[in-house]
Amino acid sequence: MLTDTETDTETGAETGAHTSVDMDIDIDAALAALRKDLAARLDRTGREWLDRALEEAARAAGATAEQTPEREPGTRPAPWELRFASAGRHCRPARPAPPAGDDRPTADAARVLLLHAARTDAAGAARLYAHGTAAERRAVLLALPYLGIGDAGVPIVEDALRTNDTRLVAAAVGPYAAARLDAHAWRHAVLKCLFTGVPVSAVAGLAERARGDAELARMLRDHAAERTAAGRPVPDDLHRVLDLAASTPHPEEG
Amino acid sequence: MRIFDPHVHMTSRTTDDYEAMYAAGVRAVVEPSFWLGQPRTSPESFFDYFDSLLGWEPFRAAQYGIAHHCTIALNPKEANDPRCVPVLDALPRYLVKDGVVAVGEIGYDSMTPAEDTALAAQLQLAADHDLPALVHTPHRDKLAGLLRTLDVVRESALPAERVLLDHLNETTARAAKDAGCWLGFSVYPDTKMDEDRMVAILKEYGPEKVLVDSAADWGRSDPLKTRKVGDAMLAAGFDEDDVDRVLWRNPVAFYGTGGRLDLDVEKPGATHEGNSVLRGGS
Repeated sequence: MLTDTETDTETGAETGAHTSVDMDIDIDAALAALRKDLAARLDRTGREWLDRALEEAARAAGATAEQTPEREPGTRPAPWELRFASAGRHCRPARPAPPAGDDRPTADAARVLLLHAARTDAAGAARLYAHGTAAERRAVLLALPYLGIGDAGVPIVEDALRTNDTRLVAAAVGPYAAARLDAHAWRHAVLKCLFTGVPVSAVAGLAERARGDAELARMLRDHAAERTAAGRPVPDDLHRVLDLAASTPHPEEG
Repeated sequence: MRIFDPHVHMTSRTTDDYEAMYAAGVRAVVEPSFWLGQPRTSPESFFDYFDSLLGWEPFRAAQYGIAHHCTIALNPKEANDPRCVPVLDALPRYLVKDGVVAVGEIGYDSMTPAEDTALAAQLQLAADHDLPALVHTPHRDKLAGLLRTLDVVRESALPAERVLLDHLNETTARAAKDAGCWLGFSVYPDTKMDEDRMVAILKEYGPEKVLVDSAADWGRSDPLKTRKVGDAMLAAGFDEDDVDRVLWRNPVAFYGTGGRLDLDVEKPGATHEGNSVLRGGS
């Protein structure tokens, strides 16, 4: 999900809702590449911080439920969760991304790696999202395909799609949404991107899910008509999705 | 003129304000958590507000090219309501967040025992989290309130040089300065300080450790007062370096002590209709 290539791999073979396409990705390889790219953008202090943080997260993953009781209010978060919260100030990029490389925030990658290393379960993901800043919430969304929590992350995606924060909306329409949102929710997610100006290139599995979707085509034409009636331009992205939605197996829609 | 407004309640302001502030030179703001005019009745109401200060409001600010940070605390007024006091127990999970640059606003409103307890507890939280504290000085019985605040600061684990005393005026500035705190002045249309009095204060005390804010909120206030003070300083003979020190370098130095200030603001690429907050409809 963190590069276009991976996105295609993750979603390429599937077209329907409620598939398990995100389970088919080589999670270990994807995360190893993510960590390598991240380390290359950090200075020594940042890399050492990341190494320690991932060790703490792995330790937390190894602990049994009895060893990690619910923390009392008023106490600090668990050590690895403190790392998760503070990744922004400890994982600032020391150098720019290579040309054509992943230039997204380094803290996003650090937090995704931490969530995976801690073997965050569905309840943990929901709690960290609910208690998170916008940046932390974005990381939970980006991590969903790697956590192996089945459909349990769908409410998180739905929450993000209700916001108008484009950084959350863009993170919500990744491969997890492509694999797990039902047709109605997924169509509205695409429309939300067009409304809020999130480039549809952020929508994972766009071609596979949009192709031949007559209902999506209708929604897009109605939206285009509304904009035209108001004297406003129709975004190029709308035509791009409409071309897909109006294509086979419903050529009469085109 | 680059401006850092170290105290402004942007939640209560419009996108027109953000636009005008950017045009006036404002590139960074700190939004202290405070009461909302309408009293809250449960901790959950605070949590949604804190989440907004760490989510939606920085997003709004970034659309206008302004870096947004916040301070988190149980404010003195609502510290008197037992229904709200449990907020104190949840503060540790907020005080570790990247966008939180201080504990605040804390301090006194009516100088009650409940306010004593909340102030002392939150100064300790600031020390525990390696954060400075933004301390509001009371509107009523101000000098007595300031002196009592200084007593509590002296008894706390937080050094005076990590405390910003705000809403100061001619009657309270000397004691605040002698205590070694940072001096904050809120410039308002009718109450608190005005531009000319602010210039007189700067002439008397110099620009060291002085911060000027608009403290703009849902009441009669003006988020461009920082710029107006900068202009008044230049007109009164201060040079641009003095203005930059008061309106930029001092707040950067104070709020930067926790290592969390990040002044690189990246405008979200996506806006609806080019200039409005994204409503996702109509």
